Amino acid sequence: MSTQQILLAGLDPNTGDQTWHLADYVKRGGYAALKKILSENIPPENVINEVKKSALRGRGGAGFPAGLKWGFIPKAYQGPRYICCNTDEGEPGTFKDRDLMRFNPHQVIEGMIIAGYAVGSERGYNYIHGEVWSLYKRFEEALDEARAAGLLGQKILGSNFNFELFAHHGYGAYVCGEETGLLESIEGKKGQPRYKPPFPANYGLYGRPTVINNTETFAAVPWIIINGGEKYLELGKPNNGGTKLFSVSGHVVKPGVYEVPMGTPFPVLLEMCGGMRNGKLKAVIPGGSSAPVLPADIMMDCTLDYDSIAKAGSMLGSGAVIVMDESVCMVKALERLSYFYFEESCGQCTPCREGTGWLYRVVHRIEHGLGKPEDLDLLNSVTDNIMGRTICALGDAAALPVRSFTKHFKSEFEYHIENKKCLVPPEVQREGSRIYVTPNRVPSC
Amino acid sequence: MLSQETLKKIDREIAKYPADQKQSAVMAALALAQEEKGWLAQETIACVAEYLGMAPMAAYEVATFYNMYDLAPVGKYKLTVCTNLPCALSGGVHVADYLKQKLGVDFNETTADGMFTLKEGECLGVCGDAPVMLVNNRRLCSYMATEEIDKLLAELKS
Repeated sequence: MSTQQILLAGLDPNTGDQTWHLADYVKRGGYAALKKILSENIPPENVINEVKKSALRGRGGAGFPAGLKWGFIPKAYQGPRYICCNTDEGEPGTFKDRDLMRFNPHQVIEGMIIAGYAVGSERGYNYIHGEVWSLYKRFEEALDEARAAGLLGQKILGSNFNFELFAHHGYGAYVCGEETGLLESIEGKKGQPRYKPPFPANYGLYGRPTVINNTETFAAVPWIIINGGEKYLELGKPNNGGTKLFSVSGHVVKPGVYEVPMGTPFPVLLEMCGGMRNGKLKAVIPGGSSAPVLPADIMMDCTLDYDSIAKAGSMLGSGAVIVMDESVCMVKALERLSYFYFEESCGQCTPCREGTGWLYRVVHRIEHGLGKPEDLDLLNSVTDNIMGRTICALGDAAALPVRSFTKHFKSEFEYHIENKKCLVPPEVQREGSRIYVTPNRVPSC
Repeated sequence: MLSQETLKKIDREIAKYPADQKQSAVMAALALAQEEKGWLAQETIACVAEYLGMAPMAAYEVATFYNMYDLAPVGKYKLTVCTNLPCALSGGVHVADYLKQKLGVDFNETTADGMFTLKEGECLGVCGDAPVMLVNNRRLCSYMATEEIDKLLAELKS
């Protein structure tokens, strides 16, 4: 298996803050893909085909093939089209785009310019998670560098292609990571997701055809153009092309961002992170907080790609791997996640607005010794009534953790209900790893 | 009501969007207004709305939807601590408890001297650096062990 890195290659976290500039990126071979396309006059449909061949799938969580998405932009459309990048990284456990943006912002810019060329767009926006302000500032600086070098603007590198790119910051709303919520937010509104169809390819930003991809997806494009889609596919495994950034958090020795080829066995990644910090591995959430949790034995048999994780009953999602050891009370862990979804539901759809509150309150009462024998059935029924009944995926994202935690760790929930206390003895729940929900934010049960 | 300097910065934001889409700048404009005023009073929001040619209610909707806008006065320093699961696994809650005890306030409260407001944050998107916190929405503090917190508080107080 290849160990090649294409997103963070040659970037050291210790010096990365100094080597993000345009000159450094060009030294690493940056903007060669854009130059190749413009100097050789490669037809836009060939660019899309190359991305299709690479089997590059959306890195934000949904895993939708990027080339297919670009191909959906109506060719005959008269009027502006837009390119939007989703750097609104707010799913608990996900912090991969942060490293990409701080160490390699120009690769994102180059990918977006190429996408603009491929679909005939002259303007793009990168929506950046407002909590990490330095990323927004750095991206604006990188844009200034690109403009000054003639890589953005009119007649790029002497060609007839024009493209402008801007940074837009979020200000604290998880739901804006949903692509149509994000578009609403750029339009200066509440970030409430839209009904689909129409999809953004037909009706996106300002009602115009729009390509919207994750940061990591755009950043993979220059390499694909230079090396070819087939080479990219070979880096990973069939139907799961390329490398992927994994954000590893929780009870490992070295939490952080790791770039490995798709299909890497999970134990290999765990070893790269220095293994477990203290205790024995208990459970892993493999794809961000909305992905179903998997017990240690199932996870240790998985390879890290969309298909393997799906087969195990979870999702690769954004590649956010949350590692938990045996000191974790799964009821408490779920309580904290359920609170998050309750807090972040945008309130637009009744099943999600009301349902996330129900989920949180019921898990809360189980955790606090007030659970009733019928509560597990009740949780199941509430998730049934949320899933598939909301405009966006936030409803499912709230329901899936509840489903998986109560399925794989049912005995802990039953123990809590019967004995009014935790199966994991308090002395095992290590100091510094307690999970907590503010009592005064709790609506009554 | 907003300073010339802030309006100039807002103009820079407006220029990013198509001429007929000034409203797109509302998030940045509200953030800039908050930076100047410390928090967003209704008059401030209305002022931003007027400048962008949108209904005050539309700007108010935005200000109330995104949780980094402060709709009530906060202390000189707003400290937002992430306590979500990935952070909690690496001491996020411990940090929050330590801050509460050091400052003598609970979440959503301000110290009597008006220096610090403590907030519980949802995911800041830097779980690998846990425990993490934000100072005034801008300054991200990583790996906040208790001694780091002591240092930070001493620095902010000086």
